[in-house]
Amino acid sequence: MSDMRTPLRRVRGLGAAREGTGHFWFVRVSGVALLFLSLFAIGVVFALSGKSYEQARAVLAQPVITIGLLLFVVLSAEHMRQGILDSIHDYFHGDLLKVVIVMLNTLFCLLVGAACVFALLRISFGG
Amino acid sequence: MVELTLPKNSKVKAGKTWPKPDGATNLREYRVYRWSPDDGENPHVDTYYVDMDDCGPMVLDALLYIKNNIDPTLTLRRSCREGICGSCAMNIDGSNTLACTKGMDEISGPVRVYPLPHMPVVKDLVPDLTVPYAQLSSIEPWLQTVSPEPAKEWKQSHEDRQKLDGLYECILCFCCQTSCPSYWWNGEKYLGPAVLLQAYRWLIDSRDEMTGERLDNLEDPFRLYRCHTIMNCTQACPKGLNPAKAIAEIKKMMVERRV
Repeated sequence: MSDMRTPLRRVRGLGAAREGTGHFWFVRVSGVALLFLSLFAIGVVFALSGKSYEQARAVLAQPVITIGLLLFVVLSAEHMRQGILDSIHDYFHGDLLKVVIVMLNTLFCLLVGAACVFALLRISFGG
Repeated sequence: MVELTLPKNSKVKAGKTWPKPDGATNLREYRVYRWSPDDGENPHVDTYYVDMDDCGPMVLDALLYIKNNIDPTLTLRRSCREGICGSCAMNIDGSNTLACTKGMDEISGPVRVYPLPHMPVVKDLVPDLTVPYAQLSSIEPWLQTVSPEPAKEWKQSHEDRQKLDGLYECILCFCCQTSCPSYWWNGEKYLGPAVLLQAYRWLIDSRDEMTGERLDNLEDPFRLYRCHTIMNCTQACPKGLNPAKAIAEIKKMMVERRV
C-alpha cells in the first residue's frame, strides 16, 4: 500500500516527546563522575595486588572504599544502560524488536549492577 | 533494524562506456551514476570522456558538457552556477558538495559523481528532497512574535545581528543533511544538521519571541538528540558553515533552561 500521508504529516509524526535533555545531561555528568571513579577503582585494584584473600577483604570492607566502589558500579550500570539505549535508538527501528531489545538492555544492566552491589555489600558486611 | 546493504533493485551495476569526443586530446574521465524510473533497470555507472579543451574548470561544467555533447538524457539539477542556489548538490569524489564550486583540479583520477546519499532518487543525479523540505517547514523558519508589530521594523543591535553570521548563509543544499549517518538511519525522525542549523538561526534571533516554544518542539530523543557530533556535516558544508556547532548550541540552551 502506498503512503498517502503528506510529507509534513510524516515528519511531524507523534510530536516532540519533550524529553531527552535529562538523558543527555545525565550521560555527561555521569561521564565526568566516572572519570574520577574509574581512577579510584583502578587504584583500589592496584592496592589489592599481592595481598592475601583476607587482607583484600579487609581493604574492600573499609567504608570509603565500599562507598566509592558502590558509586562506581551503580553509576557505570546506569551510564551503560543509557549509552546502549542511544545505540538502540540509532539502529533499531522495528516496533516489537526494538521494545524487546530495550527491555533486554534494561534487565541486563540491572542484573550487572545488582550483582556488583551484592558482591560489594557481602564483602563489606561479611558473611 | 538499520539497512547496511542496498536493496536488490538498488545495487549499482557497471554501465556503458560512451565514445570519446572526436579529435579530443585533453580528456578527463567521468563515472556518473545513472538511474531512470522508467526502464525498470538497476542503477548503473556510465563512463564518459570530457574534452577539457572545450569545457570549463568545474565539475558542473563537465556534467553540462556531457549533457550537451554526449548524452542529453543525463538528468541533474542546476540553476545559479555560482554556489548560491544549492541546486547542484551531489556526491563528487566521495564527498557531498556543489558541482558548480568543485574544481576538477581538486580531484585526482576519474571523477565519480553520484546523487546525494541515502535519499530516494528521482532520476540520475536528482534526489527526492521532499522530507528535508517538510522538516524545514516543521520548524517554522520565520520570525514569530507576540508583541504588537512596530510601525517601522523589529530592531536588532549590531551585536545581536552578528550572532546570525555563520547561520543565515546556509543555502539549503542539504550536503550536510545527507552526509550525516544519524540522518541516514533515522531520516524521518531526526531533523538533521541543515534543519537544526536553521532552527538555531531562529532560536538565537533576538527579535523572535517564540524561543521556548521552538525549544519545546525540538526537545525529543530523535528530533535533536540523534546528533552524536560525528561532524560529517561541518566537513561537507560547501559554504564553510558549522552545523555541528549550531546543534551543540541548541543542546546548551536545552540544558541551560533546566539546570
